Amino acid sequence: MQEYAIQMEGITKTFPGIIANDNVTLDVIKGEVLALLGENGAGKSTLMSILFGAYSADSGTIKINGKVVDIKNPNVATELGIGMVHQHFKLVHNFTVTENIVLGNERTKGGILDPGSAEKRVKALSDGYNLHVDPRALIDDITVGQQQRVEILKVLYKNADIIIFDEPTAVLTPQEIVELLEIIKLLKEEGKTIVLITHKLKEIKAVADRCTVLRRGKVIGTVKVADVSEKDLAEMMVGRAVKFEIEKQPCHRGEKLLEVKDLRVDTALGLPKVHDLSFELYAGEILGIAGVDGNGQSELLQGLTGLLPVQSGSIKLCGKEISGMTIKERIKNGLGYIPEDRQKHGIVKQFSISENSALKDYYTETYADKFGILDFGKMVNVADGLIQDFDIRAGEGSSTPAGSLSGGNQQKVIVAREIYLDPKVLLIAQPTRGLDVGAIEYIRRRILAERDKGMAILLVSFELDEIMNLCDRIATISKGTLVGTYNSGEISEYEIGMMMAGSKKEGDK
Amino acid sequence: MAKTKKDGTRLQQLLANDAFVSILVVLLGFLVGTILVALVGRKPSNMYKAIFQAFSGYNLDNGKWNPRYLFESINYAVPFVLCGLSMAFANRVGLFNIGAEGQYVIGMTVAEVIALLGPQIPVLHWLSILIFASLAGAVWGGVCGVMKAKYEVSEVVSTIMLNYTALYLSRIICLQLPGANTFKTANYPKTAMLTNPLFQKFTNNSMLNNGFFFMLFCVILFWFIMEKTSLGYGMRATGFNKEAARASGIPVVKNIALSMAIAGAFAGLGGGIVAVGSFTYGRVISGQDGYGFNGIAVALVGNCTAWGTLAAGYLFGLLKNAQALMQSKNIPKEITFIIQGLIVVFIALRSGLQILNNYLDKKRIQKEASK
Repeated sequence: MQEYAIQMEGITKTFPGIIANDNVTLDVIKGEVLALLGENGAGKSTLMSILFGAYSADSGTIKINGKVVDIKNPNVATELGIGMVHQHFKLVHNFTVTENIVLGNERTKGGILDPGSAEKRVKALSDGYNLHVDPRALIDDITVGQQQRVEILKVLYKNADIIIFDEPTAVLTPQEIVELLEIIKLLKEEGKTIVLITHKLKEIKAVADRCTVLRRGKVIGTVKVADVSEKDLAEMMVGRAVKFEIEKQPCHRGEKLLEVKDLRVDTALGLPKVHDLSFELYAGEILGIAGVDGNGQSELLQGLTGLLPVQSGSIKLCGKEISGMTIKERIKNGLGYIPEDRQKHGIVKQFSISENSALKDYYTETYADKFGILDFGKMVNVADGLIQDFDIRAGEGSSTPAGSLSGGNQQKVIVAREIYLDPKVLLIAQPTRGLDVGAIEYIRRRILAERDKGMAILLVSFELDEIMNLCDRIATISKGTLVGTYNSGEISEYEIGMMMAGSKKEGDK
Repeated sequence: MAKTKKDGTRLQQLLANDAFVSILVVLLGFLVGTILVALVGRKPSNMYKAIFQAFSGYNLDNGKWNPRYLFESINYAVPFVLCGLSMAFANRVGLFNIGAEGQYVIGMTVAEVIALLGPQIPVLHWLSILIFASLAGAVWGGVCGVMKAKYEVSEVVSTIMLNYTALYLSRIICLQLPGANTFKTANYPKTAMLTNPLFQKFTNNSMLNNGFFFMLFCVILFWFIMEKTSLGYGMRATGFNKEAARASGIPVVKNIALSMAIAGAFAGLGGGIVAVGSFTYGRVISGQDGYGFNGIAVALVGNCTAWGTLAAGYLFGLLKNAQALMQSKNIPKEITFIIQGLIVVFIALRSGLQILNNYLDKKRIQKEASK
């Protein structure tokens, strides 16, 4: 008879307008690694938040080690030995590793903090699990991968037996991912029970024993990972057959459209986030910029679009210097932008689809007469065409408020708008983050189609797969500058990974 | 996650309608006001008789009709509507303009100066008064707009501070005017006043004057700019999502500064109309009239739309006019302030109603899920 660490039975949780978990039953055997697989929005995070006490379920029961429990808040979860390694780290950056770990749980000697004993314990744990973290290092000084280990140490410090990892590899380089998977294996050997929330199939194959698949809030099934292929898992997740590779026409490179030279962009606080960065971009090609989040990608794009001022260097669009232009002038000169944070920079949620599709050219002859009076009928016409073309699913057609669309359809509205404006150079950041597989496929195909028509495209993505699949040339960004540019096919994922981590490779093009 | 169909119950559809909620809120305010009147032992029916008389001009007690009451309510509404438009316009662009009071005072002051010192040319005199009053209000609001747009100075703080600056500046200036003592100046020349002889004839000598047309014009202008022009489109985008507007090349800085100037012009015009429409002499004010602050409430009740603000402004004017009538019917006039206050409190319930709506939504989905 198997012993269960976690038994969640008949969990239902609704939010206004949606059923996040619909009668979900999840069993985790003691000492196993269970992967929880599903697309964004399938209900994985909600389910784990219920287990961790952040939400309470509308109905259903939870048993930990065979006993029915009522997890009212995260403190109860901690007492029950459940720990969670969050996707977004919860660390104080100017505190040391040890200080972060004991935070809220400080040991005192006669009322005075006793960092010594805590430090010893952290050291012992770190050594015991091969985590190699210096207890005295400041969080600011260590890498993202190590910061994640601090999060793991936090959980171990509180004597957790059940550890939930929420999308742990999203912010890591390929090498760091390999190391993390080793750590997870080690934790399992030490008898910990692990739940791994992810939508990356490779990782599941590498470490998980069993895999539970969620789709639209329901459990589709639980399988032994050894018995199935990645393809099977993908089909369970999406509910239909999936194609992994995209067919791509050979690249026909045209004239030089964008030339960036020795660019420097500072953050609002005056830190140089991008420096000495140069590249050229030609018509009909996609240049990918690979790199770990936070290495200057956002600042690069904001400097190019004009959202942040450029300190020095030049940006030439079709031979014209644009670094001193306003955002509006840059758009007029043919610069398109699909932003990373679509709800913040891409759409106005309260506006309808038609109003959103005119967001960048509402003042032009297309929509306005010479007195500045808008033709809303024209907006509706254009939007109706885009809804057709881009297969945007909206309840009330072009008058649907953009805020009520799903993430994938919001992204389609933005992509449709940018392509409709027919820019010469299109900057794209994270075009498929958080989207379901159908929308991802569609948006990637549209990007390729525009490239074939001669658009110059700069693609910034943290998903190495996306870069490898779509791009004609691949540059890697690390600490604010490009450390190497290669034609696709000339470089392996592993080499890019090395460059992401900061080591430069010789002989780049 | 499974999205459910978007058809709520009838009640939910109504709760999602802003105009319905506004009306509901006003009714709630009156309901509680009625209970309060009854509690202090007066007849609530007298309160409604007074309000009805202010609304229609009919005195239900003796059956006489006097149109003066009716048009007096409209005249009282003029500054409420204009100050409401001031708040509403800035609010649509994402700003909280508490400075309508100061903009109103500055408009009033400039109006008084020109009324007493300007050239006495018929029509042109009062027209120039209203134009310069609007411009003064525009400058007063625009300063806050520019500071907000360029240097991120909170418009809440700067407008409040300028309210006081306006008040004392007004005193300093008005005390220098011809014939000024501590509370009034000399009488205006005839050419300065907004009196409309036709209105006087038809409305039994009410105070209603040409300012009414300017108010109507402003309401239409507000609606036209916001809903029909590319300027208004850019401003609404700025108000809803400043970052997205900026990233799309919409001139956010210009829109913010301009919207505060336009807002200020509405309130300044209100000040001008009150100065030369409702009075025959310049006032040396020692305290604020309160129209600017009431304008906040007017805009909120009116959902910051042009027509909503017009309706809400009229309601406030009606209540103000009803005050004197209430006193003659043994109802404390303060009840109107209580009703206004309650309406503002209940407006805050809007989000409460949203919660109720979400709860109903959830119940419905649970029901559907359990089928």
